[in-house]
Amino acid sequence: MLRRRVIPCLDVAAGRVVKGTRFVDLRDQGDPPELAERYAAEGADEIVFLDITAAPEGRSTLLDIVERTARRVFIPLTVGGGVGSVDDMRGVLRAGADKVGLNSRAVADPALIGRCAARFGSQAVVVAIDARLAAKSQAIPTGYEVVVNGGRDAMGIDAVEWAQRAVALGAGELLVTAIDRDGTGRGYDTDLLRQITAAVRVPVIASGGAAAPADFVAAVRDGGADAVLAAGIFHRREVSIAQVKQAMAAAGLPVRHMEATA
Amino acid sequence: MTPPVAGPVRVAVVDYGAGNLVSIEQALAAAGALVRRVLHEGDIGDAELLVVPGVGASAPAMDRLRGAGLVDPILRWIAADKPFLGICLGMQLLFASSDEDGAETLGVLPGRCVRLDEAPTLPHTGWNQVEARTAHPAFSGIASGADFYFVHSYVGQPIDDAIVLAETEHGRPFPSAVAARRLLGVQFHPERSGADGLRMLANVVAASRASGVA
Repeated sequence: MLRRRVIPCLDVAAGRVVKGTRFVDLRDQGDPPELAERYAAEGADEIVFLDITAAPEGRSTLLDIVERTARRVFIPLTVGGGVGSVDDMRGVLRAGADKVGLNSRAVADPALIGRCAARFGSQAVVVAIDARLAAKSQAIPTGYEVVVNGGRDAMGIDAVEWAQRAVALGAGELLVTAIDRDGTGRGYDTDLLRQITAAVRVPVIASGGAAAPADFVAAVRDGGADAVLAAGIFHRREVSIAQVKQAMAAAGLPVRHMEATA
Repeated sequence: MTPPVAGPVRVAVVDYGAGNLVSIEQALAAAGALVRRVLHEGDIGDAELLVVPGVGASAPAMDRLRGAGLVDPILRWIAADKPFLGICLGMQLLFASSDEDGAETLGVLPGRCVRLDEAPTLPHTGWNQVEARTAHPAFSGIASGADFYFVHSYVGQPIDDAIVLAETEHGRPFPSAVAARRLLGVQFHPERSGADGLRMLANVVAASRASGVA
């Protein structure tokens, strides 16, 4: 049976893992390859590596750090941040990523999703959607609006509609972040997750707001997420991956057990 | 006369622009192999194991293999029954065709690749259990039902059911490992499957040397 994945996220700025609240007030949390290795040893099912300053700074992904990270772990690595072309994606894959996350550049140029999927397959294309609560309107019927640049810029489009469109264009997975929950510890936005998982067939990774093991359980059970992602609470060792998996298993959710020899 | 063999097993990994070679090289090296990349036929040299990795769609992959002149060398290698490992798309290409884009593929194994339409989520992404059907040296020391990492939407549908080594369930059971003589194909990514994945690669690497001197 397919396992529900627990994914630590490395937000990388200037080559270091950082974590703040709502993408601001960044605090240093360590060296990306070192943290990735620690999480792999602790039972992480995948690592997400986001170069969070690439897009705002208008540059491509830090490939050397991606490669150093990829060489240290034998679990899947998804890399996002600053990917705006098929060539960018090729570079990130060749540096050792298994999947590539597209975010703001895909919002600006939706056809990018199709070009990347045609070249590398949908299974390698993860579209990251940052959403926040907004007044319901004709343009935003669900009340969840797509934002970019770490929540600084609202795009005036509906997050659930964008999710459906991204999948139609070729996205093989969605990473859905409730940006107004990110770093707040208020729990995942299970309503947002439920609306998106009900609208698409591709796997959905829940992100934003996790504070306790029960939050991860809720993202899967109530939100329908296939995978749950968190950053700060893992970096600060407030919650361990093992604790999350124990809570998920206790709730009857299938999780990967570490190898018998580990 | 077979010269005495020494040193790490020489493994050739076909590089046809299909994604992540860093992880497969790193994992094979950790499994005890000396890895070389194959861009042209001449790069295969005295390799003892040929690996075709890959992700993505069949038609562009076949185009790139043809463009690099690698289709015939791969077919000759398999016809000579030398140790071969196909991973993910590298396994799917062994069949005759793919429904994904109508591509005509290598045709080493009778059958075709079909979309996993019964799946609750697609692509099938994540860790799932590989249930052994037949004992095989590649899975020596690995429990049946162990978790491996998958990321794909199509699966091989062999005509000869006897080649199915292991199955995995996602909406329906599908072949997650196939074997015929010294050829092995796996739908999952051993290079991304933690300790059991490394153990499988080490088994395959070691068996390549053993079969070479047998």
